[in-house]
Amino acid sequence: MHSHDFQIPIGPQHPALKEPESFLLTMHGEKITSMTVRLGYNHRGIEKACEAQSYIQDIYLIERVCGICSHSHATCFIQAIEEIAGLAVPKRALYIRTLIAELERVHSHLLWLGVAGHEIGFDTLLMYTWRDREVVMDILALLTGNRVNYSMNTIGGVRRDITAEQKQEILKATDTLEERTKYYIQIATEETTIIKRLSGVGMLLYDDAVNLGAVGPTARASGVDRDIRRDDPYAAYGELKFNVITDKHCDVYGRAVVRVLELMESYKIIRQVLADMPEGPITVKAPRKIPAGEALSRYEAPRGEDVHYVKANGTDRPERVKVRAPTLANVQVVAHMLKDRYLADMPIVIAAIDPCFSCTDRLTSLRDSDSGSKNYMTWPALRSYSIEWHRKQGIDFSDLNKKFKVPGN
Amino acid sequence: MTLLSKIVNWARIKSPWIIHFNTGACNACDIEIIAALTPRYDIERFGILLKGTPRHADVLVCSGPVTRQTKDRLIRIYEQMAEPKFVVAVGTCACSGGVFRKCYNVGGGIDSAIPVSAYIPGCPASPKAIIDGVVKLLTSLEEKEATASKETVETKG
Repeated sequence: MHSHDFQIPIGPQHPALKEPESFLLTMHGEKITSMTVRLGYNHRGIEKACEAQSYIQDIYLIERVCGICSHSHATCFIQAIEEIAGLAVPKRALYIRTLIAELERVHSHLLWLGVAGHEIGFDTLLMYTWRDREVVMDILALLTGNRVNYSMNTIGGVRRDITAEQKQEILKATDTLEERTKYYIQIATEETTIIKRLSGVGMLLYDDAVNLGAVGPTARASGVDRDIRRDDPYAAYGELKFNVITDKHCDVYGRAVVRVLELMESYKIIRQVLADMPEGPITVKAPRKIPAGEALSRYEAPRGEDVHYVKANGTDRPERVKVRAPTLANVQVVAHMLKDRYLADMPIVIAAIDPCFSCTDRLTSLRDSDSGSKNYMTWPALRSYSIEWHRKQGIDFSDLNKKFKVPGN
Repeated sequence: MTLLSKIVNWARIKSPWIIHFNTGACNACDIEIIAALTPRYDIERFGILLKGTPRHADVLVCSGPVTRQTKDRLIRIYEQMAEPKFVVAVGTCACSGGVFRKCYNVGGGIDSAIPVSAYIPGCPASPKAIIDGVVKLLTSLEEKEATASKETVETKG
């Protein structure tokens, strides 16, 4: 750090960032020389809370990992459970899951487009996209009964069926949205102000995107052709035809183009799902107790690849749940994108990965970077500490170990 | 109530500027708050504007349960606001802690850290509920602020 350098702390409360997270920027004049991200303001301890509740209760908790991609997290979690339990989910349920997933992607991408407009001072775009987004929200409310946090999933299927009248409503809304999206494509490709403001900002070359492990539209805008929906199909995606949108711009402009074009693909998927949806039951009966086993589930959330790991121990509660949200993979990339860039580009570069810090804040500190000392407990040590702690509170759990044979103990 | 305090009170109720702080919410209430500000619901017709700094705001709109890391920041933001100030808790988590009530890193609702004037339940609270809550707060403000300004006048006198 030179004598002329200075530091700017940004957050946790900041007008450009709606969630609490803080960034410490080291500046040399107008240019950023380094950046540190401080996460954890949103850490609520969901993973631990999941271990204390039954699988059915966990679905509602996992849905609230993130309010924007709630269906993504719930589906990803349930897919893992269904794999452990060996459940064959009815086809109609898979199609309904896919439909809600794509409607969610539409609402998320429209939301992002508005936020991006807001960050570059183009508030008209924010008002336009959020007005159109209400069309999707109406459809989601019609299908699921709630605008956000749909509670559509249950283990072994979905909770609500879709009627013929609802299908008509969805098709009507899709037509309206498609027309509006064409207008946004026109804006993104012809509006000089947007092109000049976004081009060359937040550069992330192909090699860096691969090395730093970027996911989702952030990676696809750097030419990385990767999409879980096509590469490792889940729900009904294996039977649907759609294109994976990539772009060679490698900057914020590319990310905007990828998201806008993905909207068009989503409309295509929604129409196919409605046309091909088979008749039949929407759920199978799932056991209350899930047999011992573990599973890793992948899901292409609107922001990128979402990974859930679930370990079952034969009871009605999971042994361990781990959530790796897409923003955690993308947040490392931001520091790289901002290096030697102007301070004024910071809000839009951060917004361009579509960060969701309530998804991300799952971590606990593992290692002190200065001394290198590891400050974590092993699983048996944590278990005995917990039993001891509860004994002090007057609750005896010492016979739990005998009751449930825990692998590894 | 003097004529001056009447005018001040009227002006305050016609333009309550808000600041939004996420104390650990899942984003659902946050997007519904923003949705309430956008054309469909257009909460700006009540004179409500979203501001960037607590020093410009009259109403602190909080969403989410108070996590351990945000508790101090929340109190600091509340203290930075100018009097008279009001707090609105949006969503079930902000009202009581909701589904996160017993999580190890969550202290409870907003009222576990700062005093709250209006509670808007819902998971997430829909924009319609937010508008309803805000209008109720504004209605109650008429009486509250009247007493507040009266007290100030009396102390000064």
